[in-house]
Amino acid sequence: MKPSLNIMAPGVHTTVQGAKRIGYQDVGVPGSGPLDPVSFRLANALVGNAGDTAAFELLVQGPTCEVLADAVRVALVGCEAGLEVRSERARVVPAGQSVRLARGEVFRIGPLGDSACAYLAIEGGLDVEPVLGSVSTYVRGAIGGFEGRRLQKGDVVPLRSSGPEVRAESALSRALDLGLEQPVRVVLGPQADYFTDEAVKTFLSSVYTVSPQSDRMGFRLDGPHLAHAKGYNIISDGVMPGSIQVPGSGQPIVLMADHQTTGGYPKIATVVSADLPLVGRRRPGRTIRFAAIEVEEAERLRAAQEAALKREMDALGFMARAAQALR
Amino acid sequence: MASARFLPSGDTAVVVEFGDRIDHDLNAQVLRLAALVRAQRIPGVVETLPTFRSLLVHYDPLATDSAGVRAAIEGLLHSSRVAAAPTRMWRIPACYDSSHAPDLEDVAKRTGLDVDEIIRLHSSTRFHVYMVGFSPGFPYMGDLPAALVLPRRTDPRVRVPAGSIAIATSMTAIYPVESPGGWHLIGATPVRLFAAHWTRPALLSPGDKVYFEPVAPPEFDAIRAAVAANRYEVPCEAIEA
Repeated sequence: MKPSLNIMAPGVHTTVQGAKRIGYQDVGVPGSGPLDPVSFRLANALVGNAGDTAAFELLVQGPTCEVLADAVRVALVGCEAGLEVRSERARVVPAGQSVRLARGEVFRIGPLGDSACAYLAIEGGLDVEPVLGSVSTYVRGAIGGFEGRRLQKGDVVPLRSSGPEVRAESALSRALDLGLEQPVRVVLGPQADYFTDEAVKTFLSSVYTVSPQSDRMGFRLDGPHLAHAKGYNIISDGVMPGSIQVPGSGQPIVLMADHQTTGGYPKIATVVSADLPLVGRRRPGRTIRFAAIEVEEAERLRAAQEAALKREMDALGFMARAAQALR
Repeated sequence: MASARFLPSGDTAVVVEFGDRIDHDLNAQVLRLAALVRAQRIPGVVETLPTFRSLLVHYDPLATDSAGVRAAIEGLLHSSRVAAAPTRMWRIPACYDSSHAPDLEDVAKRTGLDVDEIIRLHSSTRFHVYMVGFSPGFPYMGDLPAALVLPRRTDPRVRVPAGSIAIATSMTAIYPVESPGGWHLIGATPVRLFAAHWTRPALLSPGDKVYFEPVAPPEFDAIRAAVAANRYEVPCEAIEA
């Protein structure tokens, strides 16, 4: 039988995510992909995968899975919760390290704790076919991932690797800083001029709370009302992950990975790409403060973040290869 | 070429805006720039998203930067090159029978036109696909004859069936999949607008032209059966724009 994972309990919203889907925004298909690409790539690196290998994204609470393969190597990144292994050797494997599990072992990831999302990577990756060039799930369009939807109880998700070798396990050099208190940096625009000066000041100086009506399409925020200067309808134009729309309610919405591709509300600002994972990690009830920077600084931040991430991933890859060489 | 302004959109995209209204000429400029960007393969530019009056240009900030993308686009805006692409004109079967048109009577009341006149106006207009958005394959087409221009419904439907042909403001559209919607439903088409396994997953692209061809319910059913059996192709011809 094909190596796979039996999903005994699906968690709240578990989907397959991988690289972004590129080239179909002009026909209404968003990029999808992980809400927190940093944790996603680190999880893959821990099990020796390329950074954009198909892995599970978990929201709020993780799944319970049974290993239907000779062995699997998995790693969880992005939350404080650990991976609870239920077998004769019951144990909890903390997030941020890899573990090899044997056939028949059952593991559970409970409530994620402080983080809204986390990533479970499997050595070799999940065996799903790309749709429109990507394995990422776009649930609203029933595109990609595992049957175009979130996982359900009883799903059997096929794996690419049949049984990873025994080797020294990998761990992050230090626990991932989720940045739950950090301000989220934005570049003002494209339609900041649709708001009163007072509203822009309010936006940049207030505390907003992530609403329970948030999902992979967008995170709705509750907080001080933002007044429009020129009405709250624009001629619909393109939007993207990080676009902060403000509809007539005056309450901002940060668009996320599964956003609609076009929108008719003015956008006061755009979250910079380096800080988008900070938004993705904030669960309902958590707060967000925004700070404005220039686009050049946003580009520097992203380059620095990428360099740090590459160093960490290279180190993990080196450890995995060294462990294999020592066998 | 026409004047355009750049608007910031974070560190992974820039907006090139040609104006502030829904207008064929502005949209033609957007589509022309989109075609030029595609043909030019500007390093670091990932994809573009054309809308009514602006082009969203996505780029990889690790491969280029905002200043570089703006400079490259500035060059294209001032170039005299035209990206020659044939225009496609579609004839999409449309059933306006009351069984497929739950809002037609209401639209008649609101516009003061009789149902036959609404059908005649809608099916004799050559529509221009301004953009595709809202959901995969959803085409925003215009312009409706002035007599058919209505605001959106005050109570949006939770479920609009796939294939519904709808009107609101100066636009007409087709719902590719069942979804919520606030437009007036005046007919339905049996053809598919989107399928992820097609090479080009959306039937309609920005810049395409569309006529609706009235069909009676039996013909609607016959075409729907043919579509389900992969034995139907929507009539389409290449024309001069």
